[in-house]
Amino acid sequence: MKRILGFAIGLVVALSLTLFAGENPFNIFMILMRSAFGSMYDLGLTLSYATPMIFCGLSVAIGFHAGLFNIGAEGQLVMATATAAAIGVFFPNIPFPLAPIVALLGALAMGAFWGWIVGWLKAYRGSHEVIMTIMMNFIAAGLASWFALKVIPNPQSQNPETAMVSSNYMFKDYDLIARLFPDTPANASLGFAIVLAILLWVFLWKTTWGFELRAVGSNPEAAHRAGISEKKVQMFAMALAGACAGFVALSEVMGSAGQYRVGFSPDYGFIGIAVALLAANNPLGIIVAGFLMGALHKGASDLDLETTTITRDFSRIIQALIILGVAASGYWDWLQKKRKR
Amino acid sequence: METALMLFALALATLRLATPLIFASMGGMMSERSGIVNVALESFMLVGAFVGAVAGYYSASAWIGWIAALAAGLIIGALYALFVIELRADQIVTGMAFNLLVMGIIPFITKILFNSTGSTPSLQVEDRFNFEPLLMAFILVALLTFWLKKSRSGLWLLFAGEHPEALVASGVSVRKVRWAAVTLSGAFAAWGGASLSLFLASAYSPMMTGGRGFMALAALIFGKWKPLPAFLACLLFAFADAVQIRLQGAQIAGIEIPVQFVQILPYIVTIIALAGFIGASRPPKALGKEL
Repeated sequence: MKRILGFAIGLVVALSLTLFAGENPFNIFMILMRSAFGSMYDLGLTLSYATPMIFCGLSVAIGFHAGLFNIGAEGQLVMATATAAAIGVFFPNIPFPLAPIVALLGALAMGAFWGWIVGWLKAYRGSHEVIMTIMMNFIAAGLASWFALKVIPNPQSQNPETAMVSSNYMFKDYDLIARLFPDTPANASLGFAIVLAILLWVFLWKTTWGFELRAVGSNPEAAHRAGISEKKVQMFAMALAGACAGFVALSEVMGSAGQYRVGFSPDYGFIGIAVALLAANNPLGIIVAGFLMGALHKGASDLDLETTTITRDFSRIIQALIILGVAASGYWDWLQKKRKR
Repeated sequence: METALMLFALALATLRLATPLIFASMGGMMSERSGIVNVALESFMLVGAFVGAVAGYYSASAWIGWIAALAAGLIIGALYALFVIELRADQIVTGMAFNLLVMGIIPFITKILFNSTGSTPSLQVEDRFNFEPLLMAFILVALLTFWLKKSRSGLWLLFAGEHPEALVASGVSVRKVRWAAVTLSGAFAAWGGASLSLFLASAYSPMMTGGRGFMALAALIFGKWKPLPAFLACLLFAFADAVQIRLQGAQIAGIEIPVQFVQILPYIVTIIALAGFIGASRPPKALGKEL
């Protein structure tokens, strides 16, 4: 309940800021709603934004459950997406059902590896995971853009993007969601995102590994006494988080674009922080939170066209203020506790 | 002769590039030594760079920009203190939210002021700083070193981060010490940003800090949360940055190194430095702990 209040306060404050730009906040809110849900086309775009946000929200949440702050989802998803595109370009002859699976496994392995590096650094060198993941984000951006520009550039285009993967890598022909929303990038990976969220819920609350992961996150000392290896859990959690972010390759390469485009992600990795926080790191809640943030992002990205003074960067303001609203809502809990004492 | 000249140029570039890092890592030190984790340094720097560039442009004076950046830094530092100290929001979450907020707000304002998507108009070249911020950075490090060791209020800062209970017992408000420290942290980091836009460049360009806030934090940790070692760590990271700029377009054995590989050099150096030497570094005991 308090989270919803925090969310509402954040959104209202963000909308009030538009007064400074000479706009009517209520008007802006209506534009946001209309361009997020106004038509099947708009809804399709909203869902196509929501999908990677759910993956990244799950990635951040897994980190949080293990007591780690994964700011690195952005780098993990970039490396994974570039890997999927590379597999698609280098091995054009793999037949259909196998091809997307191979590309996805490659992407997940790369995402997991990129996360694991930070987990290892944290476990064995005690390095601060926030700084490390940020640095890894910059390194991933550099490597992936070198790869897209120099190794497998798109011969048909001047844009910084890789060549197209061959068509056996795309599951468009079998994609019911894509058929429902023609001309939008929405695709079946939304279904995968929901399934993944449910699986992670089961993993976290119904399996021993999930319990160990949460134990290290909530009480490392007790976990240590119970014989759980903190180091192993940290490495495992970061690898799992990286793999979750790596799923973005499924929606981006195999589901819609068929290539890795430099800068395709509007910082999905960072939006994932807002998603996870809003859902209190509950995988099932993340499905809803991802949808909500996807809608706000789609709405804000149309402000470019609908107003003269507000740009798509407004989306970041909304996200940040929602995070702050939710983060500060813990204040009420604390006040109540204090009163009881 | 030519190598000597090149080394001299490299040393000079290192000192210039170190300036923003030094300011930001001194800002980080104020906050973290008082017990408040500060990953919002990046946003403090961006605010300082932006406000400094705007005020500098309108007044055609780098000094006015410098003072405006100070004011803006104090304000955003105080805002951060409000969230993490009074509203008890998670320090890392709040820090990242501040970074996101500033990345959104700056284009929002440039659109209103200059109808641009994130850059500000340039200062005249003769209006911008020549060497002053570098000098001030050195002075700041010297002052902070002295202050932490020799003054009563410096000790308060250390105790707020190490043994807040002891500070309470001696009748000093930990809350007030942390408020002051975090607010000043905003000011120092904002000067770091302003030295980017008024000294290294002559305008604000989008995301011009490029992760320097986090590098400053890494330098602080590498320097064991002490002013002088952190200063040296800043020089190391700035040297990596200077080499990076120098190497762009350079050839080794007739093959040009891809520019993207060169550009990620400072980030790799940061990771290696932090991972390789962290064993000897211990954070303040009460860092990140609520009262």
